[in-house]
Amino acid sequence: MVAASLSTPTAAAAAAAGSWVAALLANATGGADALAASRERAAQALAQTPLPSRRVEAWRFTDLAPLTAVKPTLLSPAPGAQPETAAGSLRLNLDGHSDPLAGISLPAGLEPIGGDELNATLGQVLAATGSAELWPVLLNGATARNVLALRVRGTVATTLELVSDAGAGEGILPLRLLLVLEPEASLEVLQVHRSSGANLTSVVLEARLGEGAELRHGLLASGAETGCLLATVAVEQATGSRYSGVSAHGGWALGRLEPRLVQSEGAAHSALKALQLADGRQISDTHSQMVFEGPDGRLEQLHKAVADGQGRSVFNGAVKVPRLAQRTDAAQLSRNLLLSDRARIDTKPELEIVADDVRCAHGATVSRLEQDELFYLQSRGIAADQAARLLLRGFCEEVLQELPEAARPWQPLARLLGEQGR
Amino acid sequence: MIRPDAPVLLEIRDLTARVEDQPILKGVSLTIRAGEIHAVMGRNGSGKSTLSKVLAGHPAYTVTGGTVRYMGDDLLSLEPELRARAGLFLGFQYPVEIPGVSNLEFLRVATNARRAGKGEEELDTFAFEDLVRERLQVVQMDPAFLERSVNEGFSGGEKKRNEILQMALLEPLVAVLDETDSGLDIDALRIVAGGVNHLAGPDNATLLITHYQRLLDVITPDYVHVMAAGRILRTGGKELALELEERGYDWVDAELAALERTPAEVG
Repeated sequence: MVAASLSTPTAAAAAAAGSWVAALLANATGGADALAASRERAAQALAQTPLPSRRVEAWRFTDLAPLTAVKPTLLSPAPGAQPETAAGSLRLNLDGHSDPLAGISLPAGLEPIGGDELNATLGQVLAATGSAELWPVLLNGATARNVLALRVRGTVATTLELVSDAGAGEGILPLRLLLVLEPEASLEVLQVHRSSGANLTSVVLEARLGEGAELRHGLLASGAETGCLLATVAVEQATGSRYSGVSAHGGWALGRLEPRLVQSEGAAHSALKALQLADGRQISDTHSQMVFEGPDGRLEQLHKAVADGQGRSVFNGAVKVPRLAQRTDAAQLSRNLLLSDRARIDTKPELEIVADDVRCAHGATVSRLEQDELFYLQSRGIAADQAARLLLRGFCEEVLQELPEAARPWQPLARLLGEQGR
Repeated sequence: MIRPDAPVLLEIRDLTARVEDQPILKGVSLTIRAGEIHAVMGRNGSGKSTLSKVLAGHPAYTVTGGTVRYMGDDLLSLEPELRARAGLFLGFQYPVEIPGVSNLEFLRVATNARRAGKGEEELDTFAFEDLVRERLQVVQMDPAFLERSVNEGFSGGEKKRNEILQMALLEPLVAVLDETDSGLDIDALRIVAGGVNHLAGPDNATLLITHYQRLLDVITPDYVHVMAAGRILRTGGKELALELEERGYDWVDAELAALERTPAEVG
């Protein structure tokens, strides 16, 4: 599908996009499950929210054409082949319809949240992180049929693996997740999202970390040439809590990740490490936002991107440090590898610093493979293309090796570089 | 060891080269036979490091004239990796750090590329582990360095040991060691030089590029060449290095100035 003009969509294209949402809503609303009321509210909001266009800053570099090419209907994916589960991890399969906890005995420290409590809690972290009105979140809210909601107490020794595969089918797979970590609780979670067809995986995770809680969170998402991914990770952190998010996404026609973190009273630790890849005509996008609403907060953020072919990589890293967030220590680094003349990388730190006693470092580099590194490898008998491959793998591994151990059977590097089976 | 009947491994004739628009090598000739250890000495900027990079095929340097024959073949027509597979080794003055690429993996891929060049079969992971652990002893290196990224966070001495470890694995016919002694304390120098001596044999040759005599106290060269302004000004035995150490490089400048006044020698 080719849009008539990328920067100013024609009226026809806009109308087509509007009718895409209308068609989706007609196909996806209704039902009497626990989410019915909130789904109805989100549907109304979505109907009144214009489709993100490239005239909006947050979508300036990200063309939605691959998304509106997805059939506006709900998808019921069939279970696909999966690797063995890593030792010490519990895999839950998410298909958007069935209960992922059916027939599962949860490890000690995890229990489902339901009923009134679920209704009262769901959406709170989205609101706290300013994410409730984001278009991908509204889209998810208007379509998701169920939610995996878990409370975490104490240290959970088992890694929770949340897995979806949109498969080759057409349509939308909405997934909704909620984690409430009680004070001093500790959990490791890995999300794995896959697709091999013209579909959209829409996933929203809300995580609330009580005082002193720790969440180690991995997200691995590999797509197909026509597949789309919209992933929102909203995290609200109380004092003394630690959140570590490691993500890797690539291979999607349009893949967009939005980590939205708030340290509601400061004095917490947040770490974000990300890798995104764009080859062919793919778009890989990350819009992250970190808000410090109290003093003594810390952020360590590394964002890496690789763009090849005619791929396009977009990174926007917002860090907000209001006056009350004194002694914030935030560091953000964006490192980008441009492998082709026709690929494109847009990277932008967005720092809003009002407090005066802070340390906020940021930096961005865009480069090709280092000639000296290539020559060093070649001088050891390694052919130029193999040397380039080794350097690319090295660039990616710096992030991938930080994924939870449970990611290993999924072979993240081979998956993202399209090398499975080799 | 000098044997006049030993086969010629490397023959450089009237080699000229430039980097960007700057001519650096202005006619270098040098013949290296099997079993020999040569030292090229000279001030910074004399062109000695350029010589090593041109031999290894660094893309930033352009050869503008002359020939280099390696085992009788035209070296300059080969890609850098093919030179390496044929047994030419460059020990880097500043070994490159490569984050994310494991040293062990790098060493294995390089070793197998060289083995393929020799017509030997590739070593699998286990066979390679055995080999690398044996060769680690040549440079008394801690196996922990195998698990790290290539040269990343290594000290100067550790990087140089890693270079000599690569040399021990690749078993080159001609090893060009560029300022291998720079940045080494006396213990590290002894270990690195010990490795070089251990690897030198009747069938291979070593070209040491160095600024100082101190490396030549521990590795005895058969020939010493003094380089200045892109040429070899004088060639002698190991006593020439001692003379340089004693008299400094000022006489080289004088000799060079005299040379530049002689029209027949210029251009």
